[in-house]
Amino acid sequence: MAAHNVKHALFCAVVTLVVAYPILGLNLVAQGTRVGLEGADASTIIIIFLASVAVFAFQLYRDTIMASLSKAPRLNPLAGREPMPQARRVKLESWVLTGIIVLALFWPFFVSRGSVDLATLVLIYVMLALGLNVVVGLAGLLDLGYVAFYAVGAYTFALLSQYMGISFWMALPLGALFAALFGLVLGFPVLRLRGDYLAIVTLGFGEIIRILLNNWTAVTGGPNGIGGIPEPTLFGMEFGRRVKEEGNTSFHDTFGIAYSGEHKVIFLYLIALVLAVITALVIRRLMRMPVGRAWEALREDEIAARSLGLSRTAVKLSAFTIGAFFAGFAGTVFASKQGFISPESFVFLESAIILAIVVLGGMGSQLGVILAAIAVTILPELAREFSDYRMLVFGAAMVLMMVWRPQGLMPMRRTHIELKRQE
Amino acid sequence: MQDLLYFSQQLINGLTIGSTYALIAIGYTMVYGIIGMINFAHGEIYMIGAYTALIAITGLATLGIAWLPLILIVALLCAIIVSSSMGWAVERVAYRPVRGRHRLIPLISAIGMSIFLQNYVHLAQGSRNIGFPALIDGSFRFGSGEGFQMSISYMQITIFITTLICMTVLSLFISRSRIGRACRAVSQDLGMANLLGIDTNRIISATFVIGAALAAVAGLLLGMYYGSVDPLFGFIAGLKAFTAAVLGGIGSIPGAMLGGLILGVAESMTSGYLSGEYKDVVAFSLLILILLFKPTGLLGKPEVEKI
Repeated sequence: MAAHNVKHALFCAVVTLVVAYPILGLNLVAQGTRVGLEGADASTIIIIFLASVAVFAFQLYRDTIMASLSKAPRLNPLAGREPMPQARRVKLESWVLTGIIVLALFWPFFVSRGSVDLATLVLIYVMLALGLNVVVGLAGLLDLGYVAFYAVGAYTFALLSQYMGISFWMALPLGALFAALFGLVLGFPVLRLRGDYLAIVTLGFGEIIRILLNNWTAVTGGPNGIGGIPEPTLFGMEFGRRVKEEGNTSFHDTFGIAYSGEHKVIFLYLIALVLAVITALVIRRLMRMPVGRAWEALREDEIAARSLGLSRTAVKLSAFTIGAFFAGFAGTVFASKQGFISPESFVFLESAIILAIVVLGGMGSQLGVILAAIAVTILPELAREFSDYRMLVFGAAMVLMMVWRPQGLMPMRRTHIELKRQE
Repeated sequence: MQDLLYFSQQLINGLTIGSTYALIAIGYTMVYGIIGMINFAHGEIYMIGAYTALIAITGLATLGIAWLPLILIVALLCAIIVSSSMGWAVERVAYRPVRGRHRLIPLISAIGMSIFLQNYVHLAQGSRNIGFPALIDGSFRFGSGEGFQMSISYMQITIFITTLICMTVLSLFISRSRIGRACRAVSQDLGMANLLGIDTNRIISATFVIGAALAAVAGLLLGMYYGSVDPLFGFIAGLKAFTAAVLGGIGSIPGAMLGGLILGVAESMTSGYLSGEYKDVVAFSLLILILLFKPTGLLGKPEVEKI
């Protein structure tokens, strides 16, 4: 190896030390009103040094390692196989999806209340991710303020129920439509912007909406949020122990069964499931309709698409509005599930998590996004002791995905016609 | 007279904050000018600079060193070294491998990096905000005893002078030095500069290092000015600085300076005359309005898209 290599490796190792040691190895602690400094425990220091040595070794033998990696046999057993024919793949996929949905329908009756509650949250994220998938994955518009539309949906329901006593079923379309309207109004001016400017502007919009919700105390209750949001009813049947509203009956009385708090949780789960399935199906249809093709065309090559007569504004706006619509859907369900909302739930981090789901699942791929939403929501719950590391891992995963597999874990497959192989 | 004093107070507060925004904005503008990406993690680099400075100051205090200039210089050097290394490493790990791919890919990678760094500091140093000692105390006061008193603190003067020095050094560096000339060449035409024998990879690294060093200076100054740091300290400041860069015309270094000052003054006028809660709204609205009506900013050059 050349001396140049050693120098570079040494430099990298030193940088690793400089980057890691002051932040990880020296901890600031508050001592009364003053601030003191404490060294981290020995194991942290040892890990920092080991990391530095590892970086040195990797950089030193980088070429060799890379060469042997590319020569190593592919672990993926499917790699060498011929791709499944289009028709069979679609058939298989729809069978798998139907199976999952049937399983999801019956599953909540056999598990604990806590896991059904978690599953409802997962479904809300599925809706959000599917909606953002239209904007980011299909239309290629990086929206960093997506959570704003989620907030609009949730707050629409909360405010309407507080001031006008509107029920969940009335609020569901209203929340979604209102969010869509918001998307339309916001989208109109900003969609002329280029990709990265658009990202920053939507981020700004998201923050503005959060700050307004936080400070407009007279209407939104400010940081205290809004409570007492009603739960959904089933044809006028309430799920509480006692009937709250005149003219309604209670679910357990009507069917003559004992009251159980689980009914409500399962009902909410089923609503979320139905809505998530509707979201998936509607978007699946839209993807195959001319408007869906137009989204992808504009994403791939804006100039070519425009010269073929596509209206840039109309196409982008439709994606933006439809994405916002489903976020409003999810927001309404979220408000109903929590019974209480505050601006805390709609911070930028939430947008970043939804974006991470879309990116990890594979931009544009529905199945991938659904699986990623499930994984991203459930994994931190399974490993509670690591929950502090959740966002750290998300951040790292986003970077690594972009470096190694920008198309996501389950990349989108486009519908295409396969030619018969010539014999 | 009272009104005038109040107005000048807001103006001075605004210029103080604005000049630090300008320091951070230069990092955005230089990176954007050269590789056309928004370095979303730049705010975090600035936050890490502030933390390192605080660690250095606390460390020196523990050792019993109390000579102010020494403390400040050591803190500044530590912050610059750590932040620059961070800037270099971030470019190496997260941006270089995705350079030249579709526009959104480096941006998503940058967002991931930003989340990663935020949580890295959060895990290592805790999420609570930590008090930053006020090393430079005292102020000049103007105005009569009863009414509104205008005050210019020594800290504000320090910020002005430091920023001025940094800007001058940077301008000289960009216009006179070899690397500075190479930087300008690369930002005009990366491919051509490469053909002419400029090691563009090194120049891009250098850009990140320079931007990070300036952000570290801003981190030390703003940490002392605000009196506390926390892991989310960089996020909003980064957005503001980006706004400043866009305001002045992204890619233009004098533009970043001008944009920072204008943004700082706009913000402090809002909190002085309207309400402090809405100053972020004003900053973001300003950003949106500029992008809508004059995307090239005040001093930027229009970008011609060729097919």
